[in-house]
Amino acid sequence: MPSYVINDKCDGCKALDKTACQHICPNDLMVLNKETMKAYNREPEMCWECYNCVKICPQQAVEVRGYADFVPLGATVSPLRSTDSIMWTVKFRNGLLKRFKFPIRTTAEGTAVPDGGWPTAGDDLKSPVLFTEPASLGLPEVLTLKK
Amino acid sequence: MANFETVTVKTDLLIVGGGMAACGAAVEAAYWAKKHGLKVALVDKAAMDRSGAVAMGLSAINQYVGLKDGENTLTDYVNYVRNDLMGITREDLVANIARHVDSTVHLFEKWGLPIWKDAEGKYVHEGRWQLMINGESYKVVVAEAAKNALGMENIYERIFIVGPIMDGDKCIGAVGFSVRENKFYVFLAKAVLVAMGGAVHVFKPRSAGEGLGRAWYPPWNSGSSCYFTLKAGCEMTCQEVRFIPVRFKDAYGPVGAWFLLFKSRATNGVGEDYMVTRKPELDKWTPYGHVKPVPANLRNWLMLLDVKDGKGPIFMRTEEAIGKLSAAAADEKERKKKLKELESEAWEDFLDMTISQALLWASTNVAPEERASEIAAAEPYFIGSHSGASGAWVSGPEDLQTSQTKNEYFWGYAHMATVPGIFCAGDASGASSHKFSSGSHAEGRICAKAAIAYIVDHNVEPKVDNAKIEAMKAEILKPLDTFAEHSKLTSDAGINPNYIRPKMFMFRLQKLMDEYAGGVSTAFTTSKANLEKGLELLNYLKEDSDKLGAEDLHELMRCWENIHRMWQAEAHVRTILFREETRWPGYYFRADLPSMKDEWKVFANCRWNPATGEWTMLKRPIYQIF
Ligand SMILES: Cc1cc2nc3c(=O)[nH]c(=O)nc-3n(C[C@H](O)[C@H](O)[C@H](O)COP(=O)(O)OP(=O)(O)OC[C@H]3O[C@@H](n4cnc5c(N)ncnc54)[C@H](O)[C@@H]3O)c2cc1C
Ligand code: SF4
Ligand code: SF4
Repeated sequence: MPSYVINDKCDGCKALDKTACQHICPNDLMVLNKETMKAYNREPEMCWECYNCVKICPQQAVEVRGYADFVPLGATVSPLRSTDSIMWTVKFRNGLLKRFKFPIRTTAEGTAVPDGGWPTAGDDLKSPVLFTEPASLGLPEVLTLKK
Repeated sequence: MANFETVTVKTDLLIVGGGMAACGAAVEAAYWAKKHGLKVALVDKAAMDRSGAVAMGLSAINQYVGLKDGENTLTDYVNYVRNDLMGITREDLVANIARHVDSTVHLFEKWGLPIWKDAEGKYVHEGRWQLMINGESYKVVVAEAAKNALGMENIYERIFIVGPIMDGDKCIGAVGFSVRENKFYVFLAKAVLVAMGGAVHVFKPRSAGEGLGRAWYPPWNSGSSCYFTLKAGCEMTCQEVRFIPVRFKDAYGPVGAWFLLFKSRATNGVGEDYMVTRKPELDKWTPYGHVKPVPANLRNWLMLLDVKDGKGPIFMRTEEAIGKLSAAAADEKERKKKLKELESEAWEDFLDMTISQALLWASTNVAPEERASEIAAAEPYFIGSHSGASGAWVSGPEDLQTSQTKNEYFWGYAHMATVPGIFCAGDASGASSHKFSSGSHAEGRICAKAAIAYIVDHNVEPKVDNAKIEAMKAEILKPLDTFAEHSKLTSDAGINPNYIRPKMFMFRLQKLMDEYAGGVSTAFTTSKANLEKGLELLNYLKEDSDKLGAEDLHELMRCWENIHRMWQAEAHVRTILFREETRWPGYYFRADLPSMKDEWKVFANCRWNPATGEWTMLKRPIYQIF
């Protein structure tokens, strides 16, 4: 079942009002079983294996097992995401291990300034010039048809 | 009726959707709205950090024109798109997006998206228009700027938007419901910017078990943009132009880096390169068959011909490509280093945007430097921002019209649909393909500015008819009532003569589309007789949509997603039927009309009339501007 939750690791996000996996799943698949206080994937056949629940779980309780209708058993792909990079461990069916690390962003979390620091002098609502232009284009002006 | 509180939210501009286009709209709208003392609200069915097609991340930005360094011109981009779409393209729209897209990409970089650079500090291109990125957090970064621009107090997450609120032929907002609590939402606005992406699961996917969700296109975009605009009475365009990507088989991992960056070939089961052996076939599709690069649908077509002849499977020759690239190294040490680099790039390509493919390679012990991997055509999707073109028919910008086009392509506000107050971006707007993630963001920005201008010019409070809202609420919540009323009749709530659950409803839609409208099982082939049969079955389905049953909020969302898909399906079937030719043989093939015809070098548009419930099909002329 695409994403699944390890019972021993899931703590139900400590009974906070929303669990991390439920908050993030773009397809509304992760839910908390209120009796056991464990999360589960309610519709595994609608899972895209996007790994967002895996990446966000504070307990590392969510893993993915490839779609049973075409993926042979035994391999795993596991991420460990920090604030600026992601580490992947790929375990092959034959036991081979590979590790990759990639950057994920160049700025501190939360600091994206909408205008990117470009000047925003524009106040002509009817012109085609967008609020950070022409500076953000690196051109003296926005192109138009040469009439 | 189920007991739901009604929550009314009043704003000036409402952005529906939280994907790439909506995030672009948010940053742009915030600026202009502030100048004019207006309010902006955004509503998404999921969490913006990870919603839409970029939820997993991407490994490339597919549209960057490179205007500032003189890499390409607007005309170059327009030529590329026109040819790829076999001549069917709105050049004013494509050029409008292309002249702004670099600005958006430069913003992404400032916000923190890592774009690959070479030793001289220039962007690393995957292909002529594509930039390589470390894109795991692409959506997180882009959503962050949008959230910072609007403020979380103006963003509504986990609200599923069902459809438009109309006042006569003007759109004054949207209705939907929370998927977390029993609340019905009424958003009232002076303009609505539609950006809810495209559609998948309209056709039956190749994998029908657990792998059902592993379509190339994400299962959570279900045709809501199409439904919203159709139901509002907007004229729609290119509803026949679906997209069928060729990707690594089953997990649908991206092939762009392999073809463009690593210069790989694809060959059939007996080692032939169909792009070489099938070359004469391209003559049938002139002039587009002879342009470079060969249009995506024609590349598909040559491959499909091999598959039809039993010459599959088709392989991406990864081992050959890596061999060639590493052989160029000066010595053994260099070669090893190069191999390591290529390996990391190849795996990152998957891990950034299709993790399933990495899992499939690991579970089948694939070493790409040793062994080729299978590729295949996926099922059809509706994604007007990519290599398809379906969406609403929208106005172009005034300054990119000629005397010939201005009466046909321009009606006041850039990217406004034919219904006043509705603006469309990304997958929601049609006939402007190849905008991808970056161009969708740029189009969202264009739309937002135009929508604010529209609001300033038409600053009237929306007039709501409460009785109409109550009727919409009853209709939207009905599946919950139907289920509650009847589910105790049988020992298994799954099987009941009084209702149909949304999953079976979806399977019914997928089966008829697959078999009659040219899905995987007919090798994308259809005909007039097949389409008419499909329409007949669609009609029964439409009648039965009144009997959908939902056990909880999650299922209620599934019910409406599938109604949205059904309307996308109908617009599609009607338009394929209307266009009496085959123009994109690798997307769909009309067996009864197997060639391209000059008289069909037009847009095939359609409109559903909200007053009468009738469909009108119409042709619109194509003008070359660039
Ligand atoms: C597998 C794949 C790979 C791709 N690769 C690349 C690439 O490498 N480079 C590139 O540049 N582009 C790529 N693209 C294209 C790119 O992802 C799209 O062009 C872009 O995301 C379109 O933007 P959008 O805003 O129209 O839709 P999306 O970004 O998909 O956003 C749709 C939004 O609408 C919301 N929504 C949907 N329905 C409702 C509803 N009923 N109510 C409320 N909200 C709703 C969703 O939650 C989401 O927030 C790829 C696309 C796919 C599918
Ligand atoms: S995020 Fe992790 S710990 Fe929290 S509920 Fe989900 S699986 Fe359990
Ligand atoms: S992998 Fe993605 S789609 Fe599947 S449950 Fe997790 S977040 Fe949802």
